[in-house]
Amino acid sequence: MRIGVVRFPGSLDDQDAMRAIRLMGGDPVALWHKSDDLGSVDAVILPGGFSYGDYLRCGAIARFSPVMGEVVRRAGQGMPLLGICNGFQILCEARLLPGALIRNEVRVFTAVEQRLRMESNSTVWTSAYTPGAEVSMALKNGEGNYQADAETIARLEGEGRVVARYLDNPNGSVHDIAGIANERGNVVGLMPHPEHNVDPEIATTLDGRGFFESVAAFLSA
Amino acid sequence: MARVVVNVMPKPEILDPQGKAVTGALKRMGHEGFSVRQGKRFEIEVEGDLTPARLEEVRQYAEAVLANTVIENFEVVSQ
Repeated sequence: MRIGVVRFPGSLDDQDAMRAIRLMGGDPVALWHKSDDLGSVDAVILPGGFSYGDYLRCGAIARFSPVMGEVVRRAGQGMPLLGICNGFQILCEARLLPGALIRNEVRVFTAVEQRLRMESNSTVWTSAYTPGAEVSMALKNGEGNYQADAETIARLEGEGRVVARYLDNPNGSVHDIAGIANERGNVVGLMPHPEHNVDPEIATTLDGRGFFESVAAFLSA
Repeated sequence: MARVVVNVMPKPEILDPQGKAVTGALKRMGHEGFSVRQGKRFEIEVEGDLTPARLEEVRQYAEAVLANTVIENFEVVSQ
């Protein structure tokens, strides 16, 4: 299981994502934003942080970086792609996922241990979870407020593409949405940070492990 | 040298937390009856003549890059 983690200027959580992949038995591969070569990776994670300083809009400039052309192309072929936090913002800006993340309704940067309900196990990143399972993992963002028009929300809900929901909505996201998937289920965007909740030495829960177990199961099938 | 201005505003139905914060601050200063929404203004200097094709080029990248049309409206104004 070779999982690439893209480092953009301003990425913060790329090392944690790589460490989580290693802890979960995979081989992390550092990918550079200026290179369009993904090598032989089986999956890609776009990590959290503040790519390009969040200039213009969160994720707006990262979307046009050289690596993203190839990431989008491979995702179109079915490669598993997970965007965490800033990565989720990049996926929305790249229109791989619908909607947008705007500033939190509470107007402050929020960093909490967040309770979630996992809603869908029909994506390559969430198959290890039982739908309805309540989990808890790190959440830290200033612009995690998911918004989309009513038609888009109805489609996401109708197609079961909401993968996780906040149990006590911390940022104003519509329908308490914490994460969504594309139609095919290989691309998932998520505001909470599963990569921070895999190591018993430092994490309060190990509830993030399921994302890595899910993609491992998909890749070994 | 021609100048084109692109104004980007959050859509009316989209919550604007920054505008809300400014509105709240104005109220605290005693300025009642004002509701502020906050957007962005891009000033673009264009080399050479501003032909319809160049203006259309600005409109296209305003839609693709400068604004996120999921949450924002934009207008292109040539000056």
